[in-house]
Amino acid sequence: MQDMDMQNKDMQEKDLQEEGMQNKEMQNKGMQNEDMQNKDMQNKGMQNEDMQGKVVQSREDRITILAIESSCDETAASVVVNGRSVLSNVISSQIDIHTLYGGVVPEIASRKHTERVTQVIRQALQEAGKKLEEMDAIAVTYGPGLVGPLLIGVSAAKGLCFATGIPLIGVHHIEGHISANYISSPELEPPFACLVVSGGHTHLVLVRDYGVYEILGRTQDDAAGEAFDKVAREIGLGYPGGPKIDLASLEGDPHAITFPRGKVSGSRYDFSFSGMKSAVLNYLNTSRMKGITVNVPDVAASFQQAVVDVLVSHAADAVDQYGLKKFALAGGVAANTALRAGMRQMCEEKGAAFYCPPPVLCTDNAAMIGSAAYFEYRKGGFSGLDLNAVPGLRLGQR
Amino acid sequence: MKILAIEASGPVAGCAVLEDGLLIADYNVQYKKKHAQSLVPMMDEVKRMLELDLRTVDAVAIAKGPGSFTGLRIGAATAKGAAMAMDRPIIPVPTVDSIAYNLFATDSLLCPLMDARRQQVYTGIYGWSREGADPAGLHFSVLRPQCVIPVTEIIEDLNAREKSVIFMGDGVPVSREVIAQQLKVPYSFAPAHLDRQRAAAVAALAYAYWQEQGNACMVSADDFRPEYLRLAQAEQEHSERRNFSLLL
Repeated sequence: MQDMDMQNKDMQEKDLQEEGMQNKEMQNKGMQNEDMQNKDMQNKGMQNEDMQGKVVQSREDRITILAIESSCDETAASVVVNGRSVLSNVISSQIDIHTLYGGVVPEIASRKHTERVTQVIRQALQEAGKKLEEMDAIAVTYGPGLVGPLLIGVSAAKGLCFATGIPLIGVHHIEGHISANYISSPELEPPFACLVVSGGHTHLVLVRDYGVYEILGRTQDDAAGEAFDKVAREIGLGYPGGPKIDLASLEGDPHAITFPRGKVSGSRYDFSFSGMKSAVLNYLNTSRMKGITVNVPDVAASFQQAVVDVLVSHAADAVDQYGLKKFALAGGVAANTALRAGMRQMCEEKGAAFYCPPPVLCTDNAAMIGSAAYFEYRKGGFSGLDLNAVPGLRLGQR
Repeated sequence: MKILAIEASGPVAGCAVLEDGLLIADYNVQYKKKHAQSLVPMMDEVKRMLELDLRTVDAVAIAKGPGSFTGLRIGAATAKGAAMAMDRPIIPVPTVDSIAYNLFATDSLLCPLMDARRQQVYTGIYGWSREGADPAGLHFSVLRPQCVIPVTEIIEDLNAREKSVIFMGDGVPVSREVIAQQLKVPYSFAPAHLDRQRAAAVAALAYAYWQEQGNACMVSADDFRPEYLRLAQAEQEHSERRNFSLLL
């Protein structure tokens, strides 16, 4: 409960006078109920009771949300209208620093987030041409992810909400990735299935409705992106593994070496990538011992093919079993060329529509968080100022 | 001059409001370490209790560190978010200085000890002294700026100064034994209400800075960063490796 308090309303009313009632949006924000008849009739006038029991007006037809994301090594902020229209999408990456260490160092990531968080938020508002006071809600990723980095976004968001009285919405990071599809495909509506693959996650999810998820399968060990990183390190491609393997594979033969396609016995939709990773390491060791020179592009392409095969075959099974008409891809690994191509082909063969965000919305960003938050806003899913970071947050758990 | 002060650098979560030298709120909780959940609700409670119009606040003061890395960042990110929204600057206050500032006008030296693990403490040496002709002028002096060192090293420093000393801070319990063994000057420990981080001390010290330095004591919300006094472990190891390879 941190709906607009009296003081905040005063601030808005003052703004109104200053702007001479020109701005329709601001007008709606400050208006009380009785002024509604002759103003903006499409406005459905969603009402919230605030702490003083006063009725606060908000505009259901145009909800503007400032979103913040800091769950790993990207500091990001975005302004999103109605969950689908992105006014700004600022991403400050720390990848150069973490490349020095061959992976994300949580303490360093946390320090960098702290340095950049307000600049990034400021830039997102500036590029959107909006003021903080114009936001209907402030959304932030609160899990899953690295606890140190998550806490920066969560704390900054709460600082903003404390000072403005704007309501807070805590968002699940994976829900964000899935919602990136609502931005890139404005016509997309649930139900559909979504494969979320990133450095930290591999989930096959049934999206029953906005914010209603059923997890069909998840990885039992490494995330797909994690396996990419580890293999890339072993074959000397370095960090980040995903894009480097993707690039190297273009020069290699995906059928040169047959790596096992990991299966999890007894659970049709779960994944296992650690066996594949070990198979690559064994192959490298054996080659080394026999004095055979390893063809790096072939290893990269063959390993990538093995991962893609498993992901696509699981997705295909789900499309068959649930008779799905729509299938979406999401997460950082969704930027992988071979995975996109494989998934698109499978969907075409099965007559399902295929959705996939552009790479900038696949990797971590705040626009996707703003999209997920909008559907939470519609349900009144606000968070308290005691919102904590939950590094192991499960999908569908709030 | 109205200051909203935040403390989250160690075991205490706190916030205080100081108006023209008058302390109008001071809320501190030392219970487990749940700053992520407790700090902003505490600030919100103070705001409500004081019917505080944040537009009347001139600056946000914060204990900038050293301290728990996570605690420092919860405080820093909260302060930066709030200061950005309020369009106000931040006054950074060294944590060790603010703990020492709990005590006033003593002839003893003040030596806060914060447990920094790895056999080290965050510490410093402070004192009150009369300066100039002003009969009412007492000055808070930083005799050894805050640093991270083994407790034996600060004890050596104190022995050389040959003055009595008052210890305080959450590093006291783990240092009692070595103090008893090695310290040669008279010493005592601050009582419960004065021996930990306190938001009021952060606010009061920030106000003192402002009186002395004016706006020079302020930084923008964007520019503020905590003072850890330690590199991240990975950075430490990385630079050690680099130094080693340079030697070869």
